[in-house]
Amino acid sequence: MSGLLLGAVAYDPKVVTIWDGFRAWLRGEGLDFDYILYSNYERQVEDLVAGRIGVAWNSPLAWVRAHRLASAAGVTLTPVTMRDTDCDLRSVVVVRADSPAQSPRDLRGRVVATGAVDSPQATLIPLSLLRAAGLHPAAEAAAVTGAAAGAGADPGAEVRVRRFDIGVGLHGDHIGGERDAARALFAIDAADRVDAACMIDANLLLFTREGTLPSGAVRVLAQTPPYDHCTMTAGPGASESDAARFGQLLLGMDYADPALRPLLDLEGLKQWQPPRLSGYAQLERAVDESGFYDAKGEIGAGDYRP
Amino acid sequence: MRATTDLDGLGLDQGGHLLIARALARLRPGDELTVTGRHPELRVHLAAWCREHGHRLHDGDSWCDGAAGSDSDGQPVIVKGATEERRWALAERAGAANGPPEARADPRWGLAARGALVEAGGPPIGAQWSERDHVWADIAPRLYAAAAASQWDPATAVDWAASSATTLPDDIERAVVQVMTYLVENEQAALIIPARLLSQLHPHFREVMQLLASQAADEARHIEVFTRRAMLTGGQLGTSSAGGRASLQSLLTEPDFTTAGFLLSVLGEGTFLDLLRFLHTHAPDPVTADVVRLALRDEARHVAFGVAHTAHTVRADPSYLGTLRQAVERRHATLLDTAGLNAEVFDALVLLAAGSWEPAAIGRGWQAVHELQRQMDEGRRRRLAVIGFPDDEAAELSALHTRNFM
Repeated sequence: MSGLLLGAVAYDPKVVTIWDGFRAWLRGEGLDFDYILYSNYERQVEDLVAGRIGVAWNSPLAWVRAHRLASAAGVTLTPVTMRDTDCDLRSVVVVRADSPAQSPRDLRGRVVATGAVDSPQATLIPLSLLRAAGLHPAAEAAAVTGAAAGAGADPGAEVRVRRFDIGVGLHGDHIGGERDAARALFAIDAADRVDAACMIDANLLLFTREGTLPSGAVRVLAQTPPYDHCTMTAGPGASESDAARFGQLLLGMDYADPALRPLLDLEGLKQWQPPRLSGYAQLERAVDESGFYDAKGEIGAGDYRP
Repeated sequence: MRATTDLDGLGLDQGGHLLIARALARLRPGDELTVTGRHPELRVHLAAWCREHGHRLHDGDSWCDGAAGSDSDGQPVIVKGATEERRWALAERAGAANGPPEARADPRWGLAARGALVEAGGPPIGAQWSERDHVWADIAPRLYAAAAASQWDPATAVDWAASSATTLPDDIERAVVQVMTYLVENEQAALIIPARLLSQLHPHFREVMQLLASQAADEARHIEVFTRRAMLTGGQLGTSSAGGRASLQSLLTEPDFTTAGFLLSVLGEGTFLDLLRFLHTHAPDPVTADVVRLALRDEARHVAFGVAHTAHTVRADPSYLGTLRQAVERRHATLLDTAGLNAEVFDALVLLAAGSWEPAAIGRGWQAVHELQRQMDEGRRRRLAVIGFPDDEAAELSALHTRNFM
């Protein structure tokens, strides 16, 4: 079939509503457009680089892998757009307000809850922040057995990581792992309680508003510098003109348009904007530190099974 | 333009965003708002909130467009985005709240209150009746106010303990029960019709909607009190004739708002006013007198709206008289082969007016029922004339009205 084929990950049923709506609108604007849904980002990225789809609506981690796979294969990828809400996110490490911890280093020997193994915002980037503070986070079981990720590191600097693997393969798009990590701060059973939890700034606000975290009962111990999130990426399966036209049309979507506004709201943006690639350095570093992907984009995380 | 708002110790997880939104509402896109406050997580909250709401945050290194900085005191600064302005760019008012309804209610206004600022988008309402002249009467707001002020409680408005109902002669009691049985089935039709019209009415015509709702509620109470009176002495209910039900059911299928209201309220309930007055006059016990008196008061409002609305429609479109005439003729033709009024109801009315089986009394009762029918005819002709029918045509149409009264 001709035309532009987009891949998106079905992290929520609303994804069908969003892309059905966008498809109708894009076709109305004269773009021959269709989409297919993936159950995880890894297969989507592989299909993007192989040219089986033209564009991919990529998570930041999917962009990192796509970039590496494409470089290894000698394939060119073209960033198309990103959402206004994809710019300048921060992750935070949160402790209970009465926690004795005053800096990340005070978490040594403590338990830190994270989101799913493949969540950039609730696992990979905040754990990188802890490493930058001189800590050596390791999955709880590994820490208990002494097989720490940072071999040869100061055992006293160990941080036990309790991961909440919900929606593995969705690169943290599913909020469940992050919410469970936040809840673990106040678990009734001491064995279930954690000393700190990692989450994105917007979810800290959400969790306190919705009551998952009692308002005033938590404190931000550390926060990352700003980084960027999703990005629309065109691959060898898209013609240059289709990719360019697609980008123009997305950039032209107007929040005043009553047909588009509900779709933009569902997709979590007010406006598409030109892409930038300067906001992924922290994630690249986190991926390298953890060996999540190797330099060629192959999956290195042994316990990652999307 | 620059402005400042102070959140004191409030976080955006405790309502602080309301103060920010209020301050931003006074600014234009591109204007700056300096936010001060003591909440320890204020900057984290602001970054997340601004991103979600389409504003930029000027806070050290978190500029989405690559610029950097904060205000000279190091306080975070919000640069207002255009999201709210874009959201309301195509919004329009759904008429005026205090004014009369618009000539045509836009389906896109949906369930919005009359006079509300309606955001563009959302599902159009599938209301069949969206033209003012098809549903309106200027008296509707006053009638609704009267209806709201006149609601009564069936439990207390009737003295159910009045003893005389239980001591009536059996035949008289049976006559009352038969009439009540007949009234209930009529009121059931009279409830369903406004409810059906209501479901297809554009809510922009708020007062008509309210009036129809109160009309349906009136009928619900009438059904209750007539049923309760029928069961007061513990016997079986009376009969329901096939012809009577056929007559009533023909009202339910009328698709047009005005015609349905005309047949039900102008001709049917109008005729019932005389019937209820008759029953009040000849009620053999206080409970019967009470229930018909209460129903009569409500029905008078229903008739007033039916007449006023039909007259309104005819004034806007005089040719509509032809449509109404055809509706009467069509219903007459449909019911030509039916028996009309349940004979047992007719006989019960005679007996109630007679008060006993004495031949002279029965004769008087018979005359009273014939006088009732004459009054009913006169009332229908008067209302048809108010709507706009010439006298001769009004007489002709009145004569075609169902023998079942409703």
